[in-house]
Amino acid sequence: MRGLDFGTAAGQITGLLGPSGCGKTTLMRAVVGTQAITSGSISVLGRPAGHPALRTEVGYASQSASVYDDLTVAENLRYFAVALRAGADVQRVMEQVELTDYSARLTGSLSGGQRSRVSLAIAMLGTPRLLVLDEPTVGLDPVLREELWSLFHDLSAAGVTLLISSHVMEEAGRCDELLLMRDGRLLTQDTPDALKKRTGTDTLDDAFLRLVSDEEAA
Amino acid sequence: MNPAMTLATARRVLLQLRHDPRTVALMVAVPSLLMVLLRYVFDSAAVFSRLAPALLGFFPFLLMFLVTSITTLRERTSGTLERLMTTPMAKLDLLAGYALAFSLVSVVQVAAAVTVSLWLGLDLAGSVWWLLLVGALDALLGVALGLLASAFARTEFQAVQFMPVVVLPQLLLCGLFHPRAEMATVLRWASDVMPLSYAVSALQRVAASPTIGTTYLRDVAVVGCCAVLALALAAATLRRTQK
Repeated sequence: MRGLDFGTAAGQITGLLGPSGCGKTTLMRAVVGTQAITSGSISVLGRPAGHPALRTEVGYASQSASVYDDLTVAENLRYFAVALRAGADVQRVMEQVELTDYSARLTGSLSGGQRSRVSLAIAMLGTPRLLVLDEPTVGLDPVLREELWSLFHDLSAAGVTLLISSHVMEEAGRCDELLLMRDGRLLTQDTPDALKKRTGTDTLDDAFLRLVSDEEAA
Repeated sequence: MNPAMTLATARRVLLQLRHDPRTVALMVAVPSLLMVLLRYVFDSAAVFSRLAPALLGFFPFLLMFLVTSITTLRERTSGTLERLMTTPMAKLDLLAGYALAFSLVSVVQVAAAVTVSLWLGLDLAGSVWWLLLVGALDALLGVALGLLASAFARTEFQAVQFMPVVVLPQLLLCGLFHPRAEMATVLRWASDVMPLSYAVSALQRVAASPTIGTTYLRDVAVVGCCAVLALALAAATLRRTQK
């Protein structure tokens, strides 16, 4: 990846959008600190990405749910709560992702959407100041997707900064700010409305296509 | 290191096992059943008494190596390891938690196998506790080498293939099949640097003599140090950042 230069505002929802394979996950892993960077620098909450002090400040949910399938939902959360020094938080996050009724179920026996909500709940343990969520709504039905986005807005209103990736443009409109990526490069950074205005398009899908064709023509 | 995180990890590993009763049953019962087999293959209590002590050390080593390398590989491929590496948990908390949980299981395993062996006519001159100590250390060694081996495997197929590479040479050269002193020189050197050789030597001492000597203590120390060394090397293979 190259030519990436961007900042995100505190307490805002920044959407990271672009086709599959464009580098969204790599960028998010670099922000979290699990991906080594060869050049450039990433500053997260005023410290270099991956700094030990950030381990309780940054919550990360990868695209495939990183959970123990052979533990129950509550056992997963209790274990990660110890690892994150957030022991008292298990009940709260379970309620926030609406999994309280499933707390005694084996995680591996849940549906894909429920498993990814367990993973999201783990990322929310200890109230991190930055949440990095890789495709958190993929495979969810419209009702759940709606509920999760209203949860994201609640978190943002409470001062949490969110970096959320998606390859569905229709979700882009829910974000305060957008980062559009293609082939490992940043196409643009703008608010959804300004982007539509600038490209003279009605939908964000069209705006993205316009940006791509403009760039290829240039 | 943080004891709360080590204990939480050990507890988590044991909870995972509790949700998998078939694996627990296999781990506890299989060594005992193999001892029964061994006893009647030779159909002689005397031969059994000569071979059984070494195998009581070998089985926990073998089974813990297998179980640990598969479990940690699953942890690496499921993304939970990467997730843990983004938390304040230290690498050694994770590894020590694994070592603690599996060592507890292996104590149960060895105790069952020793009980069955005594019932089958194992003639033990020394104390059964010294035997259990070596069995538990062998299990710890298996856990540590399994953790280390899993770092070099990408798939579960590869992880299983490390078993003949790491475990079988030690079985052949540990003195069970042929006295180490009578092996070809090069093989004796190889045997000298393999931890299982020291475990078998300690077990044979417990079986043959009512008192433990300095050789037993040296052997136990060697096995323990090898386990700690392998754990430290395994910790070095865990990375918080990937290239």
